[in-house]
Amino acid sequence: MSTVVSTPQDEAKGVSLWRGAWQRLRRNPTAIVGALIVLAFILVALAAPLLTPYEPGSAQWAGEVTPTEVPGPYEGHILGLDRFGSDLYTQLVFGARQSLIYGVVSTAIGLTAGTFLGVLAGGLGGWVDTAVMRLVDIMLSVPSLLLAVSIAAVLGQNAYAVMIAIGAAQVPIFARLLRGSMLSQGRSDYVLAADALGIRRRRIVMGHVLPNSVGPTIVQATLNLATAIIEVAALSYLGLGESDPAIAEWGRMLVAAQDRFDAAPRLALLPGAAIAITALGFTLFGEALREALDPRTRR
Amino acid sequence: MARFVLRRLALLVPVLIGLSILLFAWLRALPGDPARSLLGQRATPDGIARVNEAYGFDQPLLTQYFSYVKALLTGDFGSSINDGRPVVETFLEKFPATLELGVSALLLAVVVGVPLGYLAARNQGRALDTFVVSGSLLGVVTPVFFLAILLKLVFADWLNWLPTSLRQDARIDATHITNFYLLDGLLTREWDAAFDALLHLILPAVALGTIPLAIIVRITRASVAEVLNEDYVRTAESKGLSRQTVSRRHVLRNALLPVVTTIGLQAGLLFSGAVLTETVFAFNGIGQYLFTAIGGRDYPVLQGYILFIALIYALINLLVDLTYGVIDPRVRVS
Repeated sequence: MSTVVSTPQDEAKGVSLWRGAWQRLRRNPTAIVGALIVLAFILVALAAPLLTPYEPGSAQWAGEVTPTEVPGPYEGHILGLDRFGSDLYTQLVFGARQSLIYGVVSTAIGLTAGTFLGVLAGGLGGWVDTAVMRLVDIMLSVPSLLLAVSIAAVLGQNAYAVMIAIGAAQVPIFARLLRGSMLSQGRSDYVLAADALGIRRRRIVMGHVLPNSVGPTIVQATLNLATAIIEVAALSYLGLGESDPAIAEWGRMLVAAQDRFDAAPRLALLPGAAIAITALGFTLFGEALREALDPRTRR
Repeated sequence: MARFVLRRLALLVPVLIGLSILLFAWLRALPGDPARSLLGQRATPDGIARVNEAYGFDQPLLTQYFSYVKALLTGDFGSSINDGRPVVETFLEKFPATLELGVSALLLAVVVGVPLGYLAARNQGRALDTFVVSGSLLGVVTPVFFLAILLKLVFADWLNWLPTSLRQDARIDATHITNFYLLDGLLTREWDAAFDALLHLILPAVALGTIPLAIIVRITRASVAEVLNEDYVRTAESKGLSRQTVSRRHVLRNALLPVVTTIGLQAGLLFSGAVLTETVFAFNGIGQYLFTAIGGRDYPVLQGYILFIALIYALINLLVDLTYGVIDPRVRVS
């Protein structure tokens, strides 16, 4: 046992990993920018009906849209109309809501199923591990968007299909992450100690190994939210997304805008930028979180 | 070496078998009568009977699977429902286009990405670094098809600098030997055809290459930054070696390993991206054909193409693993 105190001040004071991470996050401008974007996105999504007097996809002003002209900003419509005659600003605001639901639900599906498989593989080992990892290999052998496409194609054209498809495509990522982290934790001293004390395998896994793997999983989930939001739009683009015109969705807005480029480029630019900025927010925050939780950066 | 390759190829077998089972089950998992969903709105009693006979949907499942695998092994992947053409035929015909596009995109990503990442790591904290890092972040979060649409809008529709779609101007009477249009032009010395193919390649390649480019920049920067902190780099520098020698022999060689891994992983991204990019630019490759197949629920095409793509993807990653040995003697096939 060494008595040399070379640990950083944080640890000398007994600051926990999470509290330390929080302190580092607060001081990191990248994290703040990311968090602000994410926060703004969530607020807009939640408060969508309060932010606009109109309904999404109403096509109320369809009469004002001609094949060559889509009215730009004017009284009552700060961003003008879309090509179907709905208020563009309303579509964008409600699109945020759709993206949030899609992103969160699909990532939750991937996270839950992936964690389950990963814990199963890493915790039980043996043939269970082999079987699970072969399944993961098979899923990873197909590029993720194509995997999502094949699943969505079976499930039909609706919101659930999109969420399940994108969630399922994330399963191998989480399963691998959890298994890897369980294996590396499994060799650490505290697990050996717990094992030597005769503590049951299940308690070691649930009480020690899993909580210590939470950090990287949360980081991955944050980053996956960004990919999920982009992939939802991509599925829409491929014609596999939500088809109900009363629901505003950024990906579909982009698709619809394509043949009106010359007349109204904003129809494509705004939803595209909305997707990119939202994804940027989750990416920035996720990466800052990874940095903050990384023990190597705890200085 | 040969044993390593063989072992890796052998490991591929269970994955492909598993994938074939999943794809087989996938087609049968379609809601309702598979023949009916295969035909969609074109389902007539006559058509359903024909499809049932062709696919053997009326046979027991196990029999169906074995005849499916037998067909696969003899190279029979079925025919498209939309245009009736054999899956293998269209794949072989269109794959060169996608490969040409994918290689151009990856080449762009590596040739621009590695130096940019290196420069950023060498200038950490300066303006150049900030610029490169923010630019690469923007590249990662921009959806491929949005970028493709933007590029097409600005450079083809507005500025009129580059062609909007297709692989070559229809007015050019080019000879095609390999179906790699650029290569064909060079081989046949039809310079105008080659140049035209190149012009048609630029926008799709930039669109498809941007995300890999951004990722390669980020990985290279992180990896070079880490190696620059290593003791052996300091030792080499203090020995008085020139900066160039240190960079080439010590820094880059060690920093490139994670970069090579990333390049292998980009292959999957390129396939996914090709579906979107080729569609925007009507670039007649497997991506655009897949897009049509998705829209028309052309299951034999989806099934066959996904299997081919998985195989090619796996082979690319095998190739990447083999290049490790060239770069890093420590992993030279143990």
